[in-house]
Amino acid sequence: MLHLVFGIIAAATLGCGLMAVTSRRLVHSVLWLAMVLVATAALYVLLDATFIAAIQVILYAGGVITLMLFGVMLTEQGAEPGVPNPSHRGIAGGTFAVVVFGILATAIHRADPGQLTLGRGASTREIGRALLLDHLLAFEALSLLLLAAMIGAIVLARRRDP
Amino acid sequence: MIPLGYCLLLGAALFATGLFGVMTRRNAIGVLIAIELMANAVNINLIAFGRLHGGVAGQVFTLFTIAMTVAEVAIGLAIVILLYRSRKAVLHETASDMHG
Repeated sequence: MLHLVFGIIAAATLGCGLMAVTSRRLVHSVLWLAMVLVATAALYVLLDATFIAAIQVILYAGGVITLMLFGVMLTEQGAEPGVPNPSHRGIAGGTFAVVVFGILATAIHRADPGQLTLGRGASTREIGRALLLDHLLAFEALSLLLLAAMIGAIVLARRRDP
Repeated sequence: MIPLGYCLLLGAALFATGLFGVMTRRNAIGVLIAIELMANAVNINLIAFGRLHGGVAGQVFTLFTIAMTVAEVAIGLAIVILLYRSRKAVLHETASDMHG
């Protein structure tokens, strides 16, 4: 039963991921990416990481996708630009991706990692305690990074006054 | 019981998909989408390994990577909009004169 659910989620993730990188129109591509992120959130629920799943849906599928849609609309150029994607690039990219996947799959097969025993995962309270007690410095550095990114984005994209 | 290898294989396949996107996309936003896919693959691995070892470290680190990806997307889109404003196109290969 678990294997079936995992198979469905994996197929959805990979299928939507392939559509996201091959779709001709960027808006469709962004929406396929949203599907990938939601499917990944489902996988997190399966792996007992419900808090991360909620964060994933709110931050990624909510925030990042909205941001990307704005970016696509602000730079909309109709369809994909005139020159079609040169096929030799597609072949090279596909070959490279398959080779990398082959290497990773061989390594995973060789390592023969164990089984995941699913059940009760870490509660939100435990994650909050770990975040604010054990990893406090990293947490604060991260908030500084987000602030810097926000200011940087505003400064970069601001329209210069004439 | 799910073999950990399944999750790792899914992560590897998603990473390869993102790699394919990065190498074939001509539009900068398309490249950004592919990078998101690769970051997502890494997050899957973090969650899976965290589940294997128990404890909360895997989930905490996933939170960190998610926040970093959000910052990266914000900066990336700001650069894309700046690029579009200066040359009315966001093909990243036309931006090769940005260095130096």
